[in-house]
Amino acid sequence: MSLTLPRALPRTYRPYLLIAPAVAGAAYLLVYPLVRNIVISFQRYGMGELIRGDAKFVGFENYQKILGDGEFWTVVWRTLWWTTLNTALIMVIATLVALMIQRLRKVMRILVMSGLVLAWASPVIATTTVFQWLFASRYGVVNWVLVHLGFESYENYSWFANGPATFAILVVLIVWQSVPFAAITIHSALITVPTELYESARLDGASGSRMFRSITLPILRPIFGLVLSLEIIWTFTCFAQIWAISKGGPDGSTTTLPVYAYQIAQSLHRYDLAGAASTVTVLILVVMLIAYARQMFKEEADL
Amino acid sequence: MTTTAPTTTLPGTARAASAAPAATAREPRRLLRRLPLNLAALLTFVLSVFPVYWMVTTAFKPTQDIQADTPLFFPTSFTLDHFSKAIAADGFWMFWRNSLFLTFSSVLMALVVALGAAFAVARLRWHGRRGFYLLVFMAQVAPWGSLLIPMYIIARDTDMLDKLPMLTLIYFMINLPFTIVTLRSFLVGIPVELEEAAQVDGCTRAGAFRRITFPLLAPGLLSTSLFGTITAWNEFAYANMLIIKSQDDRSLPVWLSSFSNVFGTDWGATMAASTLFALPVLILFLVLQGRVAAGMTGGAVKG
Repeated sequence: MSLTLPRALPRTYRPYLLIAPAVAGAAYLLVYPLVRNIVISFQRYGMGELIRGDAKFVGFENYQKILGDGEFWTVVWRTLWWTTLNTALIMVIATLVALMIQRLRKVMRILVMSGLVLAWASPVIATTTVFQWLFASRYGVVNWVLVHLGFESYENYSWFANGPATFAILVVLIVWQSVPFAAITIHSALITVPTELYESARLDGASGSRMFRSITLPILRPIFGLVLSLEIIWTFTCFAQIWAISKGGPDGSTTTLPVYAYQIAQSLHRYDLAGAASTVTVLILVVMLIAYARQMFKEEADL
Repeated sequence: MTTTAPTTTLPGTARAASAAPAATAREPRRLLRRLPLNLAALLTFVLSVFPVYWMVTTAFKPTQDIQADTPLFFPTSFTLDHFSKAIAADGFWMFWRNSLFLTFSSVLMALVVALGAAFAVARLRWHGRRGFYLLVFMAQVAPWGSLLIPMYIIARDTDMLDKLPMLTLIYFMINLPFTIVTLRSFLVGIPVELEEAAQVDGCTRAGAFRRITFPLLAPGLLSTSLFGTITAWNEFAYANMLIIKSQDDRSLPVWLSSFSNVFGTDWGATMAASTLFALPVLILFLVLQGRVAAGMTGGAVKG
């Protein structure tokens, strides 16, 4: 088509041709599902509608139903608690690890870095399976260690039969899987801080903690915000690990919003309610990530 | 830890300050002072490596060693029985092939499409460029975990349910924004003058791009394909949701998560299967890590 156009035109059209596949992909596989999700949440959409394809609009009925359901609010609060606990632990541990790496000599630094990279690169489902083995009631290492530390009650303890215990294991798993990325990213930002700044601060008599507050933190703030936002998104929408380990159980004690939506869709075939729950999830996420959006606009400034 | 910063971040000045004869006497004291730091480093290393170590050693241990009352932290005898059992499991090679196909096709698609879009954003001036890039930047944090249900319905409507190409498309889209952002930051770092010089010497614009920019872009292509590979190889939620009836089209993570249906409590075989699942990614990571480190931070820090 562009061959028949005058010479000048393809030049102006070329950028649009180059981005066309990306735009088409995003339209079909990202925008359309997002919109469809919202549309379904305003329809009556069960098994019958899925097969026949004749969904009718019912207004806010689905939202009224889930927002009026006590269980939904339990799940929302659990998801918020889950996200807060995980991201707080991840950020604190990752910052400490990054600061530690910065102070290590070469051999130890390489050792720690390769350990982190190994943990980071290991596939999520593989390490999730390993954690089930580590916490296995019989022959599991964790029970053995706890018993030998004097906690006799952990002899053959079944972690996955107890709600809070399963929740705790999932937190440990997520933190273990997420710290390497966060620590390496924060560390790579730390080493961009010019050492001259520390030297002159030291000449001016600044203490170690003062230098951390006045030099390290301000320089790290953008990358901190970025890592924090990513970790919030990842833990808030985390599904694979929870589903593989507990499927939201036992007794729903590890059911977070994505698991909840999936359960409604798969077992009850209420795609409308699940759509409403997913839309609420996205809304909460957007509210939490206004900071990330601000960072984004800053990025746009130096484009 | 922060108080030891002066001596550790500036070993040069510390050494210069202490006179040569005193240095030998101070050596043990300095080692002692660094001990907490090095112990923390060692602990970090052990904690990050242990689950992976435990997975691999369990996979090689004979069953009576796995079920020993005192866990064998340093295995004494090795067996390949668990691996042959995992490989002989129903459909193992088929799931392997499916995962390989999904990973390869989605990463390749993302690379080709992203290269065009990244070139348009980094090198061409056009209306809507900033808006487009802003959307790409935002799409990096798309809430994929909340789009399962609409994606299921879309797949069902378009007769793409239980088909691997649907998963290829989704993984392509998950990887696309990140790939565009990273490739763009690489392209921005490559001086246009190099291309222009080649054009002066008689290259076409496309030819200059192919001969000059493309080779310089290699680290960016490597790092984006590495991360894309990890995403696609690991993806669980969509593979679990969209492949239901045709069990032969499942991918490795979904199969592995149902290990208890396959192997029961045979932890040796389960760990062997996990090891075989993790191995390709770990090898790829270790081979490419040095080369992509720069690209990774370039994309993560500068956006």
